Amino acid sequence: MTLGRACLFLALAIAPAGALASIYGARSRRREWVAVGRRSVYALAAVLTVAFAVLESAFLRSDFSFQVVSTHSSIATPFFYKAAAMWSSQEGSLLLWMWLLSLWSSLVLFLTRNTLRELAPYATAVLLGFATFFGSLVVFLANPFQLLSPTPADGTGLQPLLRHPSMMIHPPMLYSGYTLFTVPFAFAIAALITRRTDAAWIRATRRFGLAAWCFLGIGILIGARWSWSELGWGGYWAWDPVENAALMPWLAGTAFLHSFMVQEKRGLLKMWNVCLVLGAGILAILGTFLVRSGILQSIHAFGGSTLGKPFLGFISLLVLGSVVLVTSRREYLRSPEARSYSPLSRESIFLLNNVLLIGLCFVIFWGTFFPLISEAVTGNKASVGPPWFDRYTVPLAIALVFMAGLGPLMAWRKTTLAGARRSLQAPVLFALAVVVALLALGVPASKPSALALFAGAAFALGSVAQELYRGVGARRATSHEAPPVALVQVVRRNRRRYGGYIVHVGIALLFIGVGASAAFQHIRDVRLSPGQTARIGGYDVRYLRATSSVSPEKVVLGAVLDVSKKGKHVTTLRSTRGYYPSSDPTAGPVGQYFDGDSTTEVGLKAGLRRDIWTAVQPDVGAMQKMIAGIDKRFPLAQGDIQALLLSVVAQRYAAAPPPAVFRLIVSPMVEWIWLGGIVLGLGGLIAIWPPPRARRERAPASSWSARLGRELSRA
Amino acid sequence: MQLFLVMLVLCGAASIMISPLYSKRRAGRGQDPEEAALEAARDAKFREIRDAELDFSTGKLSREDYRAIDASLRGEAIELLRRLDAVREKEAAA
Repeated sequence: MTLGRACLFLALAIAPAGALASIYGARSRRREWVAVGRRSVYALAAVLTVAFAVLESAFLRSDFSFQVVSTHSSIATPFFYKAAAMWSSQEGSLLLWMWLLSLWSSLVLFLTRNTLRELAPYATAVLLGFATFFGSLVVFLANPFQLLSPTPADGTGLQPLLRHPSMMIHPPMLYSGYTLFTVPFAFAIAALITRRTDAAWIRATRRFGLAAWCFLGIGILIGARWSWSELGWGGYWAWDPVENAALMPWLAGTAFLHSFMVQEKRGLLKMWNVCLVLGAGILAILGTFLVRSGILQSIHAFGGSTLGKPFLGFISLLVLGSVVLVTSRREYLRSPEARSYSPLSRESIFLLNNVLLIGLCFVIFWGTFFPLISEAVTGNKASVGPPWFDRYTVPLAIALVFMAGLGPLMAWRKTTLAGARRSLQAPVLFALAVVVALLALGVPASKPSALALFAGAAFALGSVAQELYRGVGARRATSHEAPPVALVQVVRRNRRRYGGYIVHVGIALLFIGVGASAAFQHIRDVRLSPGQTARIGGYDVRYLRATSSVSPEKVVLGAVLDVSKKGKHVTTLRSTRGYYPSSDPTAGPVGQYFDGDSTTEVGLKAGLRRDIWTAVQPDVGAMQKMIAGIDKRFPLAQGDIQALLLSVVAQRYAAAPPPAVFRLIVSPMVEWIWLGGIVLGLGGLIAIWPPPRARRERAPASSWSARLGRELSRA
Repeated sequence: MQLFLVMLVLCGAASIMISPLYSKRRAGRGQDPEEAALEAARDAKFREIRDAELDFSTGKLSREDYRAIDASLRGEAIELLRRLDAVREKEAAA
């Protein structure tokens, strides 16, 4: 047995053993067994780190005796992509999932080793339960250490579509998000089991929920950027099932990060929070299931697999267990006392924002699973497309952007009407001014959704700017600091509050980008010969010349285009299409390159005002006669001869190219989406940063107020 | 070599896992759940006091409302500190 395989067996033994030790320790109150359970998670992380290193090293060394390496890498695959090829495979990605789970679980259990005496053992057992499930998958159904005999001389290579720098970070970011969502899930289950439904479990896991939210959000945006800059269809979001699968737990996470605060501060929404956390955890597993099962058609579902049934069983167990626990503990999930709050308060806005987020989540869930629902009901697999999603999600998104502005303007507990009027005045006026300015600049009133999104985003930006301005003003009134110093101090002293506000700025920027690019995008498919020009969005795009190149990996045919506006040169775009050889030996030495996979390199001029985008689709069909003729004359050509023949084809294409089809897009403000993502990540980081630890202090009863003042100033 | 490495990983994992059963150092008691709940409530109350202060200084609360809310929050915070001290004393004595 190889080291890697042995590590997986060992992991599968450690996980359930540790879970049992934790439960035994908790029930018998034997602390040493609780410690065994916790240390099992550390051991699991160590063992999986070895397994991960063994597989990663096999990819880097191109060790084709491993089946997964031979089917997902090759000698010609660049080193960078060899490192990322591991998680392009089913087996490698499940190992990555389990490894990340063990690392995050170790971190949370290390940080809570001296706290949460009652909760931690049960949370450990739940986390190890997840590890047991994924361990079973990689041991019995998707073995990453399957060996081949005899060892092939070369592998089939990484799927061309995945050869993009984002491959290195997009999947690990998403998987970090998914696995981090299991941490609050595990502590919520522990809180229900032990009936400790106070805010302690929230305090221990809030940062992990926030980290999950950040990783998943940034992972989703990196995926969208990848789609925009690499895939030849010309968009960043397609309502693909796997995109939706990542978005749903993110939305549930957004909801609970807000409603957590209501429980922490007011002891309200206990039941709601537990349900949201459990829902987000289950949706995270559902996301992995959708990618790995191939149950729904998706560009991300890498083929059908045998993992559907085990995943379905596991998800059913999670849902059933959660429902039973929540139902049986409903008495402990009631608020301790009847605490009402004013409709004009931050609590009310958070509740409304939660309803909108969960509504959005439900719409996406329904649309994503509609093919399965329709098949179950009618026998026909019908699916819904982007127009269906847009019809329901756009109004909800508009309302949410307004909420992002309204929340910061409301006080906790209650806001008087006069106070609300004072706070709302400037942001509302700013939003109205933006709408008037846009109409005056020629933005058509026939695009009400886009105008509403811009108004909402302007309102959110105005409200955060006002909050920062007033916060800095209040700080300066007492400290007399310079404005930048006061700004840093006010944010540093209230990281959660202002970190959250900065996230709202990111969301507003993101929606400005989405609104502008969705409503005012120009798109055209044109067929051009060199020298011809097409007009789009006020730009003239001229096909200057064809390009071509040959490497052992692929044949690349492309085009150079000149973009000008009113006769003035704007940019030069280069788009190519790479053709990778198929493994069909009957296709001929040249023909096999045009029978296999092909990918597009997009020509992109990005800017804050607009992106100019193009993708070329060379007319390979027009060259088929020539290719067939060469294959007929040199059917057995290999190595240098084959390279020479490919060069001849490529040179002929460049010298006398047939007309090519171009997709041309001029899309305004797409870059704002990525800029919003960066700001969102920055805000998340500020909110996640731990405050200084409060020092323990005792005080005689006479000086409680003074002690409170001291502790408050330090906290 | 493979067998040696497998044995090494096995022994390493086993020693990480079972060391608390043989360690002379007693495993930590961990925090009392009541204390954890009170600490969480205290931190949340501190944040609530600061939020009310910010809400007032940014014009969202009137002076009267702020005074009433702040006094009530400080009273609740002091009560939490008292209870926290009591729980800690009980825990230290146990």
